Amino acid sequence: MDLDPVVLSRIQFAMTIGFHFIFPPVSIGLAWLLVIIEGIGWKTGNETYIGAGKFFSKVLALTFAMGVATGIVMEFQFGTNWAEYSKFVGDIFGAPLAAEGIFAFFMESAFLGLYLFGRKRLSKGIHWFSILMVAVGATISAFWILVANSWQQTPAGYVLQNGRAELTSFYEAVFNPSTLIRFFHTMTASVISGAFFLAGISAYLLHKKKELPFARKALKVAIIAGLIFSLLAVFPTGHEHARQVARTQPEKFAAIEGLYSGQRQAPLLLFGFVNAAPPPEMQAAVEIPGLLSWMAFGDIDAHVQGIDEFPADEIPPLWLTFVSFHNMVILGLFFIGVTGLGVFFLYRKRLYDKKWYYKLLIVSLPLPVVACQFGWVAAEVGRQPWVVYRMLKTADAISLTVSAGEILFSIILFGLVYLMLFILYVFLLVREANHSLHGGAVKEVTA
Amino acid sequence: MDLNTVWFLLVGVLIIGYAILDGFDFGVGILHLFARDEKERRINLNAIGPVWDGNEVWLLTAGGALFAAFPFVYATVFSGFYLALMLLLVALIFRAVSLEFRGKVDSPGWKKFWDWSFGLGSLLPAILFGVAVGNILRGIPIDSNGIFTGSFIGLLNPYAILIGVLSMVMFLMHGAIYMTMKTDGELRDRMIRWASTMWMMMIAVYIAATVASIFTAAYLFDGVLDNPVFWILFLLLLGAIVYIPLSLKAGRYGRSFLSSSVMIACMIGLAAVGMFPALVPSSINAAYSLTIYNASSTSRTLTVMLIIAGIGMPLVIIYSAYIYRVFRGTTVIGEESY
Repeated sequence: MDLDPVVLSRIQFAMTIGFHFIFPPVSIGLAWLLVIIEGIGWKTGNETYIGAGKFFSKVLALTFAMGVATGIVMEFQFGTNWAEYSKFVGDIFGAPLAAEGIFAFFMESAFLGLYLFGRKRLSKGIHWFSILMVAVGATISAFWILVANSWQQTPAGYVLQNGRAELTSFYEAVFNPSTLIRFFHTMTASVISGAFFLAGISAYLLHKKKELPFARKALKVAIIAGLIFSLLAVFPTGHEHARQVARTQPEKFAAIEGLYSGQRQAPLLLFGFVNAAPPPEMQAAVEIPGLLSWMAFGDIDAHVQGIDEFPADEIPPLWLTFVSFHNMVILGLFFIGVTGLGVFFLYRKRLYDKKWYYKLLIVSLPLPVVACQFGWVAAEVGRQPWVVYRMLKTADAISLTVSAGEILFSIILFGLVYLMLFILYVFLLVREANHSLHGGAVKEVTA
Repeated sequence: MDLNTVWFLLVGVLIIGYAILDGFDFGVGILHLFARDEKERRINLNAIGPVWDGNEVWLLTAGGALFAAFPFVYATVFSGFYLALMLLLVALIFRAVSLEFRGKVDSPGWKKFWDWSFGLGSLLPAILFGVAVGNILRGIPIDSNGIFTGSFIGLLNPYAILIGVLSMVMFLMHGAIYMTMKTDGELRDRMIRWASTMWMMMIAVYIAATVASIFTAAYLFDGVLDNPVFWILFLLLLGAIVYIPLSLKAGRYGRSFLSSSVMIACMIGLAAVGMFPALVPSSINAAYSLTIYNASSTSRTLTVMLIIAGIGMPLVIIYSAYIYRVFRGTTVIGEESY
C-alpha cells in the first residue's frame, strides 16, 4: 500500500487538534465558573464557596496544563506539515496567531500562576482579579484562534497576488463573515463544557458522600450556568451560525443538512441514513417540508442549494459531515434537558436527594466535549476539499519536503504520547476527586 | 530603519526573551537530574512553578510572530527540521505535564518517573535549540524554490552539535544562577559551584564555537567588524561575562542573574548582526537564502503587527514584572506547592 502524505498529514492534524480541543473548552468554561464561585466566596466570605474554588482550581490547573502541552504542537504544525499552506496564507493567518500570544495567552498563563500560587500571598480582591484575568485571557485566546479558523472558512480582506493571499484590510479579515457567530457559538459550548465538568465531578462527590457542602454549592452554580448556556448554544448562536453557513458556504450547509438536490421549500431533515455511493441520496428520511428554507432564509419558498448543484470534486465528504452535525445537535438538545431538569429540582428543593440524577450527571460529564468535537468535525470536514475556502485545496497545502514515512512516524509518536496523557489525565482527575472526599480541599477549608 | 528590519529586531527580541526566561527553566530542569533529595526536588519545581507557564508563551509568541512576519522562514525551517521538531515537541510536552503530574501521587516510582521526564524534557530542548541555531548559522540546503533538500541526519553535523553543547552549558549556568536567588544555605553554595563550573565551560565552548564559525560560517564575520552595533554588543557581552563570577562572589545574586541574561541577549544579538539581513542562509547558493525582504509578509501586515505588538508587549512586560515581584525571594514549600 502506498502511503499518501496528504491523507497522513490530515490524520496527523486531526489527531493533534482533536486531542488539544478536548481541553480548552473545559478550561475556558471552568475559568468563568470559578470567577463566579471565587467571587461569591470573596464577597460573602463563605468558606464553602472558597473550598469549592480551591478544589476546582486544581481541576483547572490540570486541564490547563494538558491544553498547553498539546497546544505547543499546534502552533508549529502549520509549518511542519502544511508549509505550502503557511506560505500561501502567512500574510494573513500569522497575525491572529501572534495576537493570540501577545494579547491572550501571556495573560492567561501569567495570571494562572498568580491565581494558583498566590492564594496566601495576595489580597482577596487581587486573587479574584487573577482568576478573572485567566478567564478573560482564555476568552480572548479563543477569539483570535477562531479569527484564524474563520478566515479559512470565509476569507475576507485579502487579494490574491504574488501567488499568495495578501492582506488588504485587517478589520475585514478579522471580522470576516463567520468570525463573530463562530466565536459566540464556541464560547457557549465552552461554558457548557465547563459546567458539565463542574456538575459531573460535584455529582460524583455527592454520590459518594451525601454531605459535602462545597460540592453542593458547585453543583448549583454548574446547573444554572449549564442551562443558560445550553439554551444560548441552540438559540441564538447555533441557529445563527447555521444561517451564516447557508449563506457563505452552501456546499457545507447542504452536506450538514443532508440536502442532496437543491430546491424551493427545502425540508428539514430530522433523521436519515446517508448513502454516499454515487448518486448520493438519503434513505429512511424523516423530514419536515419547507422548514429548512424557512430556518435558513426566513422564507418557506426560499431556494436552498443541494449537493447536486456543485461540481463533484468540490463537495465535502458527506457521511462524516452529516453525522457529526446531527450528533452535535442531538447532544445540544440533551444538555438543555439535563440541566433543565436540574434547575427544576433545584427550584423544588429536591436536587440533592436524587441518586439517579447524580449518575446521569456523571455519565454526561464528557458529552459537551464530544459535542465540541462533532461540531469541529462538521465545520472542518464540511470545508473540504478546501483548506482555504475556494482558494486553496488541502491537497496543495502540504509540506513538499516531508515524506509519508516521517509523517507516519509522528502520528505513531504523538498517538502513543496522547494516549498515555489521556489515561493519566482521567486517572488524576478521579484521584483528585477521591482525595477531596477524605479531607483534601475540605480539610484545608476547616483548618 | 524599514519595517522588515524592525521585525527582524522584534522576532529577535522574542527569541531572546524566550531564551532568557525559559532558559533558566531548562537549566533548573537539567539540574533537577542531579538533585540530592526530595526537598531539593520540590524546591526546583516550586522555584519555577508560578512563572514557567508564562515563560513558555514567549516561544509560542515568537513562533506566531515568525509566521506572521516571515512566513517563508516559518514554513521552510519547520518543515525542513520535521523530525527534530517532533522530538522537541514531545520533550516540551513531557516537561509541561511533569510539573503538574509529579506531586499528585505519593509514590516514589511515580515521582521518579516525572523527575526524569522533567529533566530530560529540559535537557533535550536545551540542546536541540542550539543544534537548530547552529544549522541556521552555517546555512541549510535550500534550493532555488526555497525548498529544504537536506535530511535529519544532515542536521546532526559537528558544528551544529557544538552550538547545541554551548546552549546547554549556557542554560545550565543561567539556571544555576537563577537558583542562587531561590535557595539558601548548603544548596545555594552548591548552585554557586554549578554556576562557576558552567561559567568556565561556557567560555571554553564559546571560544571553540567562534573559531569553528570562522571555518564553517565565515560569512558571519563579513563586515561585522566595521559595525558599531557589533562592538557595543561585544563589549556588553565581555562585561556581562566578567561580572558573573564577581557578583556571585559578592552574594549579589540578582545582579548575577541580570548579567547572565544580558550575556544570553548579547550572544544571540551578535549572531543576528552577523546574519543580517539573511534569516536562513542557503548552503547551496547564497542567492537562494531567505532574507528579511524575500521571505516577509507585506508591509501592511507588518504594520498591523507592529501596532499589535506596540499595544500588547508593554502590558505583557508590566504584569510579568508584577508577577515576578510577587513570587520573588527564596522558595518556600507550603501546602499549595507542587
